[in-house]
Amino acid sequence: MSLETRSTTFPQQVRVARADANLQQALGKLKFGLTAMRGAAVAKLPEFEQLRHDAAAIRDHTLNHLDHYLLRFEAAAKARGGHVHFAPDAAAANAIVLEICRSVDARKVTKGKSMVTEEIELNAHLEAHGITCLETDLGEYIVQLRKERPSHIVAPAIHVLKEQVAETFAAHHGPALAGGRSEPAALMAEARAVIRRHFLEADVGITGANFAIAETGSTVIVTNEGNGDLTQSLPKVHIAVTGIEKIVPTLEDASTLIRLLSRSATGQEASVYNTFSSGPRRPEDPDGPEAFHVILVDNGRSSMLGSVFQDMLRCIRCGACMNHCPVYGQVGGQAYGSVYPGPMGAVLTPSLAGIEVAGHLPNASTFCGACEAVCPVRIPLPKLMRHWREREFEAGLAPSASRFGLALWGFAARRPWLYRLLSRAAATLLARLGGRRGYLARLPLGRGWTAWRDLPAPAGVTFQAAYRRRRGGDADAGKG
Amino acid sequence: MSRRRVGLLVTCLVDFFRPEVGFASIRLLEAAGCEVVVPEIQTCCGQPAWNSGDRDSSQVLALAIIDAFAGLDAVVAPSGSCIGMLRQYPAVLGDSHPRHADAVGLAGRCHELTSFLVDELGYRGGGKVQPGDGPVTYHDACAGLRELGIRDQPRTLLAAAGVSIREMDGATVCCGFGGTFCIKYPEISGAMVDDKVASIERSGATTVVAGDLGCLLNIEGRLARLGKPVRVRHIVELLGAERLGADLNVLEASAEQRP
Repeated sequence: MSLETRSTTFPQQVRVARADANLQQALGKLKFGLTAMRGAAVAKLPEFEQLRHDAAAIRDHTLNHLDHYLLRFEAAAKARGGHVHFAPDAAAANAIVLEICRSVDARKVTKGKSMVTEEIELNAHLEAHGITCLETDLGEYIVQLRKERPSHIVAPAIHVLKEQVAETFAAHHGPALAGGRSEPAALMAEARAVIRRHFLEADVGITGANFAIAETGSTVIVTNEGNGDLTQSLPKVHIAVTGIEKIVPTLEDASTLIRLLSRSATGQEASVYNTFSSGPRRPEDPDGPEAFHVILVDNGRSSMLGSVFQDMLRCIRCGACMNHCPVYGQVGGQAYGSVYPGPMGAVLTPSLAGIEVAGHLPNASTFCGACEAVCPVRIPLPKLMRHWREREFEAGLAPSASRFGLALWGFAARRPWLYRLLSRAAATLLARLGGRRGYLARLPLGRGWTAWRDLPAPAGVTFQAAYRRRRGGDADAGKG
Repeated sequence: MSRRRVGLLVTCLVDFFRPEVGFASIRLLEAAGCEVVVPEIQTCCGQPAWNSGDRDSSQVLALAIIDAFAGLDAVVAPSGSCIGMLRQYPAVLGDSHPRHADAVGLAGRCHELTSFLVDELGYRGGGKVQPGDGPVTYHDACAGLRELGIRDQPRTLLAAAGVSIREMDGATVCCGFGGTFCIKYPEISGAMVDDKVASIERSGATTVVAGDLGCLLNIEGRLARLGKPVRVRHIVELLGAERLGADLNVLEASAEQRP
């Protein structure tokens, strides 16, 4: 359990997020951006549902035979001259990367976007050992300059407005280029000019991998900016760091998943770059790294195999669940206090970091089901969040107020006579308190409700009481 | 087809807050040719316990509902959320539970009210809406929509009753109720219901209708707090409205009889 989180203080982070006008403005664009684009892309692909079905089956099959496919991947990658490392946890993964960097006396590392390296906090580890890390994905670069964490697994800086990007660049880059800093294209051009220098200076390039193909020993990155390609092809060494669950059996399987990934993530029929890396540069290749390393990180994943949470390992990190999540839409990714926010994070974070520190995340859901409805690999996210609530309840970790309330309610609900007695008394009382207006603005023990809402007062008599009276007190009336 | 004996799962929220929804449900089912039975020993479907991770309590309440509704042709509730819960009873009990088969049986014959009327009975109604309801917009409650696939059925019934719907943007977006969620995370829930209120207002409707009382209490409570004059109705209150006056008299009479 080595995923660091700030999830225990989720409610405080929610208040900060709700009070942040810039964040709220940025989040307001989500539903007209990624969500609408996904909808349009899905509408144009009649076989989308069939693809989801096929993709879930591919992922299930692979996970059920993960040991087999991991070894096949290792053999195929080695046959092409690559090196494969298995890292049981974050510390091991970081140590392997550092050792590779030291073996080539690396001073500077460029990085393509990788959530696993965020998870293991690789940058901090390398920086602590004197190696400079530069994020080259535009969103990651912005977040790195701002000393923040990504707020979204696909769009790391989705919480930042372009005006804030301009401020950040002014603070770090000095005077603007000729294009100024008011338009996104100008900001991108500025970032490109700065980052390009670093590509040429880097000793090692580190990327993630959207997929690792067992058949060919290849890793795949699906990107839009081209930074990933420069990251992995210009330096002497390319290290791909990814989770053990990213294995797929064949090229054909990878292409099925890629068709879903691009549409689900950004509404693109295909992302701009789908880059397959198979070993280091061969003599006839015009470019490429001299060495190719793949680090397959476990860090808690294997403990999910064979458990009720195994379905979560199907995840291909498209971000559609968070794009469609009304909770994420109100608070953004950083409130979750975890590298993985939103619905997928609400299931994955407790798996990797422990339910005792991440208990809020699976609880902060209405179970509206929007996430499951769009998940390209059909992960039953609400069901898995509910499983975490069950684990939390069993371990006695649920807040005592809610346990007490639930116990009281459960005691009555199991005893129909008592339940009727109490509900009739409460209905009478609340109806009186509601007065002529018919609403209660305050409730003892009900601040959670009345902080935002009035409580519509009950009619004053329960249905059961009115129904039995209408039936003339016939005790057998309606008995099944 | 012989007359179906249908058990009404009143739901704890209807029982407590809006008994007229229960009476309107009975009228609709009777108008559609059903014999309606209301088991007295029902309390709650157990969803608050289930979604809070309390499996033991969920099992006790599931077994009570299974027993209360044994022997009926169908179980119907004016709520997609509660029926969604009944459909989970096999998972609540687990495969190895001795009553698992009973849970599967119940899950297979329980229905949300509007889908039961339209899909199972072919009923279209034709009741008249009370005058003064004005333009109506429909909120798709999450469990009904995404767990049970209910989207067209309520609109079919409203259209047959002469109601024209002004669809709101984001009709399928959660209102932020979420059971205990709305109490545990009031800031998030409050922001979500504010978005819903804004969607309702943009639609120009003066009445918002849904098929689940949890959402409706949440939306109504926020509208009341903001002083918005939008009316909030459960769909059966519109569809079964012609005899509402008579039942309200019963309610008032019952209230007066209380000591």
